[in-house]
Amino acid sequence: MAPADDPKLPPVGQTDAPDWAGIAASPRFQELLRAKRRFIVPAMVFSILYYFALPVLVGWFPDLMKKKIGDGANLAYLFALSQFFMAWIVAGLYVAKAGAWDKAAARLLSESGER
Amino acid sequence: MLAATTNPTAIAMFVGFVVATLVITFYSAKKSSGSSAYFAAGRRITGWQNGLAVAGDYMSAASFLGIAGMIALSGYDGFLYSVGFLVAYLVVLLVVAEPLRNAGKYTMADVLAYRLKPRPVRALAALSTITVSTFYMIAQMVGAGSLVKVLLPGIGYNLAVCGVGVLMIVYVVFGGMLATTWVQIVKAILLMSGSVLLSVLVMSHFHFSLSEFFHALTNITYHDKSGAEVTKDFLTPGMKFKNPLDFISLSMALVFGTAGLPHILVRFYTVPDAKTARSSVVWAMALIGIFYIMTTFFGFGAASVLGPDFIGRNGGGNMAAPQLARVLGGDVFFAFISAVAFATILAVVAGLTISASTSFAHDFFTNVIHHGKERRPGEEVRVARITAFVVGAVSIGLAIALGPTANVAFLVGLAFAVAASANLPAIIFSIYWKRFNTAGAVASLIVGLVASIGIIILSPTIMTIDPPTVAASARHLIQHAPIFPLENPGIVSIPLGFLAAILGTLLSREPGAAARFDELVVRANTGLGAEKATAE
Repeated sequence: MAPADDPKLPPVGQTDAPDWAGIAASPRFQELLRAKRRFIVPAMVFSILYYFALPVLVGWFPDLMKKKIGDGANLAYLFALSQFFMAWIVAGLYVAKAGAWDKAAARLLSESGER
Repeated sequence: MLAATTNPTAIAMFVGFVVATLVITFYSAKKSSGSSAYFAAGRRITGWQNGLAVAGDYMSAASFLGIAGMIALSGYDGFLYSVGFLVAYLVVLLVVAEPLRNAGKYTMADVLAYRLKPRPVRALAALSTITVSTFYMIAQMVGAGSLVKVLLPGIGYNLAVCGVGVLMIVYVVFGGMLATTWVQIVKAILLMSGSVLLSVLVMSHFHFSLSEFFHALTNITYHDKSGAEVTKDFLTPGMKFKNPLDFISLSMALVFGTAGLPHILVRFYTVPDAKTARSSVVWAMALIGIFYIMTTFFGFGAASVLGPDFIGRNGGGNMAAPQLARVLGGDVFFAFISAVAFATILAVVAGLTISASTSFAHDFFTNVIHHGKERRPGEEVRVARITAFVVGAVSIGLAIALGPTANVAFLVGLAFAVAASANLPAIIFSIYWKRFNTAGAVASLIVGLVASIGIIILSPTIMTIDPPTVAASARHLIQHAPIFPLENPGIVSIPLGFLAAILGTLLSREPGAAARFDELVVRANTGLGAEKATAE
């Protein structure tokens, strides 16, 4: 069954359906996607690299990671702990950015007469 | 040693939790008529409520009892689970949650089937969902049975498993998603309070001095498997994993698995819009992060306060956190922590049951068998209720057949590996790759599922030669030297899942899939046409 025949969804091109292709091609929508990509791609790449640095360091450089910092924990524990703060900071930055994307999305929908 | 008699405080707390959740179910049942109300709680759950519910669904017995035990017995390596379980939510937040909420309706497969051929994709997604949920659930039920057996010796394993199974069936069958959500919320609050109290008790034992706490971890003396006395620094990596690739493989499954766990993904359908889905992930990340940082105190705390020898004699790793509570806080606190652990298991199995039964009813029954048409109103919900009953009964049967000492910890690892290898490639590519098509989704679901299960069968979690001292029921399933050297299949199965998705797509042509990409991408990024909350 072709997806266009899916009974739950109106066929492509039906008159009262939103103009999906028109919105997708509009400069405002393309700018929204670019803005999201500009943040999400580097943020995800950074988080993944930062995260996998932990197993790489504890796996292949255990002597370095055993080093005590001050009179408390070692580098392995502190680097693991820093991952929590990394995750919270990246999430916070994302939420701060996402507010502007919400506004941009609402604006482009009202301009294209969808809302 | 453990108390041989039943702990009346524990029973009172158990009963209190059960009564509270049944009251929730009774009130939810009145509201849960209609598909959207039953499957998605009417999409009226608020951000903080759903944040607590996501945290509740996620912080399973494997997290609370399992990680505490792993850190207590294997030190630092166990803490890597804690890290991976939180960082994974960045993938959920930045990549999956909002598009999923905007484009889907009740299940993970809604997003996959959006522009692909719905029947093959939904059939396989339902299979993957039910597989992940059932494996995960059996691990939880065996855990519940063992816990009750220790805590309430009069009740026994089989009865305990039946009790958990029946309660979860009642929540899901009568209360639907609304009751399941509130059970998660109550449980999350209990679990967070229990963990904070336990952490404070541990720190008071060390006079609230972090340097004293960490110093105590540097030389812990115990007897290893051969009976020799050893002294180890529990903060040093490598006590559990000897091969560096083990660290990588585990880290991969943890960080990429969460965003493909069906019972977590369906939570985002219970909120009114994508913005609330986002705020619920943030709430969940705050709670989950604090919880997993606290595993430092009750995991490492159990290692230094109790010592691995004591833990080994008193119920093993899974009982490390409750035993720590008993030693530091006495019998009442022990009862409280055990009741919290029990509530945790009950809530998680309810969450798993509803995601499995929703997927069967919505994806398989309505969309695959009946081509997307509900023949009679209410049929989908009725099928889901029957499925929940069957899933519950099957899990009870399997958990009883496996028995209380069964080695089932690998099932949770397997659930994460399947989620990361089969589900995640299909979800990500269907939202972000225009060329992606049905063949790609089918290939990733099949290859990811088969590779994860196949490799885990060849790995040391299933294939190991046990020394003769190990009890028959706790033995590894295949007494043979492992063929795959790592504990977790992720490092091989995840790239295989992604590769299959890419190859399947490039080797076939399906112009229809690309044609509706505009519609999906506009909807995912703007919320235009997204499912709305129902009126009260």
